[in-house]
Amino acid sequence: MNFEHSDSRRMLADMLGRFLNERYGFEERNRIAYSEHGYSREVWQELADLGIVSALFEESDGGLGGAGFDLAVVFEALGRALVVEPFLNVLLAGKLIARRGNDEQKRLLIQMMAGSCIPAFAHYEPEGRYDLHHVASTARATADGFVLDGHKSVVCFGDRSDVIVVSARSDGDIDAIDGVSLFVVPADIAGLHIRGYANVDGGRGAELHFDAVKVGAEHRLGALGDAHAHIEEAVAAGILALSAQSLGAMEMAKNATVDYFKTRQQFGVPIGKFQALQHRMADILLEIEQSRSAVINAANALAADRRTRERAASAAKYTLGRVGTLVAEETVQMHGGIGVTWELPLGHYAKCLTMVDHQLGDEDHHLQRFIALGRG
Amino acid sequence: MDLNFNQQELAFRDQVRSFLEQKLPHRLRDKMRGGMRLLKSDMDEWQGLLAAQGWLAPGWPAQYGGVEWDPVQGFIFDNECALAGAPRVAPFGVSMLGPVLIKYGTEAQRAHYLPRILDGSDFWCQGYSEPGAGSDLASLKTQALRDGDDYVVNGQKTWTTLGHFANKMFCLVRTSNEGKRQQGISFLLIDMTTPGIEVRPIITIDGNHEVNEVFFTDVRVPVTNLVGQENDGWTYAKYLLTHERTGIAGVGFAVAAMQWLKDVAARQIKAGRPLAEDPLFGARMARVEIDLENMKTTNLRVLAAVAGGGAPNAESSMLKIKGTEIRQELSSLIRRAMGPYAQPFVPEALDEGYNEPPIGQADAMPVASQYFVNRKMSIYGGSNEIQKNIIAKTILEL
Repeated sequence: MNFEHSDSRRMLADMLGRFLNERYGFEERNRIAYSEHGYSREVWQELADLGIVSALFEESDGGLGGAGFDLAVVFEALGRALVVEPFLNVLLAGKLIARRGNDEQKRLLIQMMAGSCIPAFAHYEPEGRYDLHHVASTARATADGFVLDGHKSVVCFGDRSDVIVVSARSDGDIDAIDGVSLFVVPADIAGLHIRGYANVDGGRGAELHFDAVKVGAEHRLGALGDAHAHIEEAVAAGILALSAQSLGAMEMAKNATVDYFKTRQQFGVPIGKFQALQHRMADILLEIEQSRSAVINAANALAADRRTRERAASAAKYTLGRVGTLVAEETVQMHGGIGVTWELPLGHYAKCLTMVDHQLGDEDHHLQRFIALGRG
Repeated sequence: MDLNFNQQELAFRDQVRSFLEQKLPHRLRDKMRGGMRLLKSDMDEWQGLLAAQGWLAPGWPAQYGGVEWDPVQGFIFDNECALAGAPRVAPFGVSMLGPVLIKYGTEAQRAHYLPRILDGSDFWCQGYSEPGAGSDLASLKTQALRDGDDYVVNGQKTWTTLGHFANKMFCLVRTSNEGKRQQGISFLLIDMTTPGIEVRPIITIDGNHEVNEVFFTDVRVPVTNLVGQENDGWTYAKYLLTHERTGIAGVGFAVAAMQWLKDVAARQIKAGRPLAEDPLFGARMARVEIDLENMKTTNLRVLAAVAGGGAPNAESSMLKIKGTEIRQELSSLIRRAMGPYAQPFVPEALDEGYNEPPIGQADAMPVASQYFVNRKMSIYGGSNEIQKNIIAKTILEL
């Protein structure tokens, strides 16, 4: 048993933390997050040059890390600075390409690590909520390829991507595990209609409508019909990443509130002297430590067998969803009026902490999933 | 970073398991699992078996009969014992007084008392709380006045766990009213057979006798029974409280209770299906299971920090709060799971030799009374509110 990060992992986290401190202050973050483009291409390139994108992938795929604890340290640091750049996109799409791609497709992965290719992961659909096996979009085989039809919902940076990794059903009922296939298509392919929009906590999303999109057989990612297990594995990495990101944001929201406790005076004393507030802050501290343990468990299980990995991932997402909302609501409340202003960073942390629960499955979804996995 | 036990730790776990398989009497295990009452002779029997193995005081230095396990080994041992259904070792001698004597006692005190803890000659109890000094322990009033070579002790202690079994008490007494309240407290070792001591039972909410009131009327205690310096007792009391606190979360007990809960929920039927498959009950179970999975890792993180030289101060407060919340929730769910059969309560059924058939399911009988008495968990050892004060002061620096 050992709870120390390796030297190289610590150096990676320190380097990323230093860069974000200097380059990604709060004003700059908000300018970027609420800009027309939704993220900064310059910052993204600098982060890629530092090797942060490569840290998400294994050496055998041309990366510099890729283990659960690599994802955990990187995304925790990203969460502390509320980074909006498309790391999650690259992680999800990149993992699938690394696992399933042919040589041509794997060249895209190298470009992603170099910062020159932004992918989107287009899987979830309006009727499917957070269910991974719900795929109503179809891939109909033709003589020289496939025709894709369907609607992919709230695709992260779906309007700012170069390539789209998209799932579609080549066989089976809408909710069947089998029959889901993956394709990698250029974002400007004919018949793909993209409606982009800003997200409430910064960054962007998009609705992707595939309207008889003709793709060649070379766009298929992996074998036909067996994508579900690979999507699930990639999403487990994504869940770990979001959980670690949320952990970083929680720490910052907690620290900001503790600082405020010591400076804000009411009734002639700093408000941190009031026991009613102290005990609530102690609860938050406990829950954040439990959340850190959940992230460690998920990172530790990322390379384990399916059931172990998925149970730890769902436990983490449930925990971080529940605690993220708690920390957001409590830290805003304990700040009082200033907590609901645009000016103060805290409100933006609260937004991100809350909205994490709307990505890759919320607290209830993962609690139910944890239960179901316990039976299987 | 690696959460898994290494080869040595796994080998140690196997060693503990095989010891428990061979040496833990089934009679004691069944009493524990059935929620039955333990007698002093039961506790003595188990402690004797541990002592024979050299494992009664594993945290002590080898020169005093310990085996110097590291915190991880201690954690593994505690967990395996809980999972196997072993009785809990009374902490007062081994885990509380022992470390204080080793650090602050005289050589004569160590030579006299430590072997007597190991061989079972002495059964210790703790004289801390008083009727007017609960959470505010430093306000304690039991007085020790110097008279020649003795202290004369007058006052009252309360919540004295197993005081009716004990022949010795380590006791916080007031030796000065000068200066800060904490500075006038001394740490005395008192023979419970001394004239002037009266032990009266307190019956708890489950109908059991585990805790007591202890009254002192002109009790003469030799000054050689003072530990450390007069008026410095608060320092030793705090040291005692931070010691052995890495086990305070009771993870092993919680894991055992989680297994029991799953077992009960699989057997109980609701609407023709096992209760475990009921969405509402299933969600309650899953929530506490996830909390426990997180807690295990939190506990190991604190252990790792301690093994690296840190002292578990405020972290043990975190473990205490969350650990007791989880154990109380498990106790509550086991009670709920039993349904209507949580109601019957036949106290005689909790004693050895009761031969009537069970009412309803065999393990339903004790669960409600256990649930009620387990409300003590968030109150004892410094209430959870006091623990939050400690966190606010020492971690958050408010």
